[in-house]
Amino acid sequence: MKTLAPETEKDVTQIVVTALSQGTPIDIIGAGSAAALGRPACAEISLSTLGLNGVTLYEPSELVLTAGAGTPLSTITALLDEQDQQLAFEPIDHGQLFGGSPGTGTIGGLVAVNASGPRRIKAGAARDHLLGFRAINGRGEVFQSGGRVMKNVTGYDMCKLMAGSYGTFGILSEITLKVLPKAETEVTLLIVGLDDDQAVDVMTTVSGLSHEVSGFAHLPAVGSDFVSPAPAELADRSLTALRLEGPEISVKTRKSELVDYLAEPGRQIEQIHSLASRSLWAKLRDATLFRHGSSDQIWRISSVPTKGAQLVKDLMAKQVPVTCHYYDWAGGLIWLAVTPANDAHAPAIRDVTDIHTGHATLIRASDDVRASIPVFHPQPVALAALTKRLRTSFDPQLIFNRGRVREDL
Amino acid sequence: MHLSMPKPEQEILRNRTRLIERLREIVPVDNVIDEETQLRAYECDGLTMYRQLPLVVVLPENVEQVSKVMALANEMNVKIVPRGAGTSLSGGSLPLGDGILLGMSKFNRILEIDYANRCVQVQPGVTNLAITKAVEHEGFYYAPDPSSQIACSIGGNVGENSGGVHCLKYGLTTNNLLGLEIVLMDGSVLRLGGKYLDSDLYDVMGLMTGSEGLLGVITEVTVRILQKPEAARALLLGFPSVESGADCVAAIIAAGIIPGGLEMMDNLALVAAEDFQSCGYPRDAEALIVCELDGTMSEVDHLMTIVSQIAKDQGANSTKASQSEQERVQFWAGRKNAFPAVGAIGPDYMCMDGTIPRNQLGFVLGAIKKLTKKYGLRCANVFHAGDGNMHPLILYDANKEGDIEKAEAFGAEILKLSVAVGGVLTGEHGVGVEKRDLMHTMFSETDLKQQQRVKCAFDPKHRLNPGKVFPTLHRCAELGKVHVHKGKLPFPDLPRF
Repeated sequence: MKTLAPETEKDVTQIVVTALSQGTPIDIIGAGSAAALGRPACAEISLSTLGLNGVTLYEPSELVLTAGAGTPLSTITALLDEQDQQLAFEPIDHGQLFGGSPGTGTIGGLVAVNASGPRRIKAGAARDHLLGFRAINGRGEVFQSGGRVMKNVTGYDMCKLMAGSYGTFGILSEITLKVLPKAETEVTLLIVGLDDDQAVDVMTTVSGLSHEVSGFAHLPAVGSDFVSPAPAELADRSLTALRLEGPEISVKTRKSELVDYLAEPGRQIEQIHSLASRSLWAKLRDATLFRHGSSDQIWRISSVPTKGAQLVKDLMAKQVPVTCHYYDWAGGLIWLAVTPANDAHAPAIRDVTDIHTGHATLIRASDDVRASIPVFHPQPVALAALTKRLRTSFDPQLIFNRGRVREDL
Repeated sequence: MHLSMPKPEQEILRNRTRLIERLREIVPVDNVIDEETQLRAYECDGLTMYRQLPLVVVLPENVEQVSKVMALANEMNVKIVPRGAGTSLSGGSLPLGDGILLGMSKFNRILEIDYANRCVQVQPGVTNLAITKAVEHEGFYYAPDPSSQIACSIGGNVGENSGGVHCLKYGLTTNNLLGLEIVLMDGSVLRLGGKYLDSDLYDVMGLMTGSEGLLGVITEVTVRILQKPEAARALLLGFPSVESGADCVAAIIAAGIIPGGLEMMDNLALVAAEDFQSCGYPRDAEALIVCELDGTMSEVDHLMTIVSQIAKDQGANSTKASQSEQERVQFWAGRKNAFPAVGAIGPDYMCMDGTIPRNQLGFVLGAIKKLTKKYGLRCANVFHAGDGNMHPLILYDANKEGDIEKAEAFGAEILKLSVAVGGVLTGEHGVGVEKRDLMHTMFSETDLKQQQRVKCAFDPKHRLNPGKVFPTLHRCAELGKVHVHKGKLPFPDLPRF
């Protein structure tokens, strides 16, 4: 495969125009940290965005940052750190999940996959923080949408479309994101020993309180693997994690109120702070529980929070060989590892997801498996047709990432 | 007042009787309104300077009827203009003389309240405030709160991606939506999202939000609700100059504080508000900030101290903190009634809606001041200072010859200036017909064509709300060509308006 690394929008446009005239599809790639997400790449030419690199605008008091799509996330994080700011949507780092190293992804990549993390439930995903972009469409035209201000309803909200389009609408060249202040402090409460039903019940109940919990996760059985250093008494126990963030004085109040609320005879509640808390949520975010050494296939299911535990039970009742699972988003997100199969157990997993409503995405499996079964949840006919029309409205010849999101796209 | 709309299509007008007959086969007879006296009630929305009688008004009662009406319109090649509560400030639901006005007022039921999953499923005609009213006894609320929340419908909020005074911290409509049911122009019904997060592939729900009724008709909405913060208090901060007020806003954000609400008014607006309804505003201030802080009691008290100190450092000459819930509401009353208050000194006003980078506030306000002299019109300024969304209210007298035209020219200059300093034409009111002809100041022809290609994916015959948002209508067949001849008119007979 030939890789081109243009450094300007003009060069990108030239490459696209040439590819169009020759009818040659192009795979778009950033750092490649999420290259194994979606259906396998198949084009002869790949276009790297790494040359479109650099932060061109950062105004902390305006909460806005603009950068080339190929700018490493690590560069941006370092810059934001200096001002005690962050990308509040806590984007997942796919590096380790796919056997690469962490911290390599680009800002364009995280927008293209609409990355998010545990704070999704409170702060949104990349889609909610993308203020504007520039891109090259499948006609070789540079176009832009959005802007650099927080509130903007001028024209269609194309930012929502670009976030999570996996490069099938265009090559992102520049991205403007909303940034937010970091929390002054954080603490995580760990409720020990709840079963899945109890945990989902606690999480959904707490999500309806005014304590502004910014992370709700439940780790069955193996919870302690995630906490370092883990107190011995947590070994092999399940953990339900609730994160509080904000000004010290507020966190203190909310924590003591929440501990009182959760207290029950015989219920063990631990607390972890700062580094330990941050490390736990980073692992949950990046799904590092699923070590890359294992050949397990990995699914990510977004469903109704209160249905989380039942959904997993239904999967097991359908003989889906679940080897490991945990919940995020108060039960609304299920990470699932299953024993490998040629169909990745997709029919059963999707049937059960449909019963509870939601969508199941195959995150990790071999190229062969991802090529043969739909990676994204199959859509009803009318929506599938609209999806195709949207795709061709940006890229009529399917020149970008052909087949990446669906066989016919 | 010189708004040009697409020329009425004679064939549609000729088929009116047949259309009405067929519509009455779909919805109850009385739900098809064709008498001129009754049609008058629908001739405009919140942008009252533009009026047009619709071809016919249809009030469907369920999604099957909407689907059949759309399919019929598609078959007979008739245009459709969707309308919620008709409170659009940009003419988004301005009727077309050759179009069905599809009124969604009968979709007024709350379908399900699910506290455990923190969401409410409603029909689109339910008002914004009714959602909060339905859940507040359990301590919940729906966060986006446009000033028209007592009247505006949630379907309209989705169509416009409405904001409000709390969106700096809690987001716009798009950030608080979980699911939609929509009907496309061909009558097909799609369900997007549900009680769960994110879409299975492309974020069609996100695209629908703020699409101003050009892509589909919304027939059901699922919104997220939030638990009310334990405490909320407001600060009134008076400043001797607009610049020092603007600096204070920047300093608050730079200190890492995202207030629940952060609003600013200039002297003309705050005095009008105080005259309209006494709420304790300092009449001598050149700029007034209303800053609301929420969270736990301890957090709010702590933040109130910090913000008061920041204000003092930035030269505030008056600081008043609400001491009770009643007083907090009173502080907001002036801001929430700022539009009618300014209307009272008008006699008429035109409301602009640009958003600018906050650090340009002082410059833009200075420029607006100069423009008041140029046009001989007054302008009161109200803004969502936290997010830079300005609402200059240009005062004019509709009965005075030439005043409307002057106000329009004044408004256009403000919006062009907003774009020139890095901002946008509209922060929350929408493009509609009002800012349609200014779209080129912000977007290139390529940008606009790409947006219209998206439109073609939903509505290839431009039957849904044509004449809104885009200054020029391009045929989808033309847009679909890969090689577009720039600067040429391949179809000289193309409808241009």
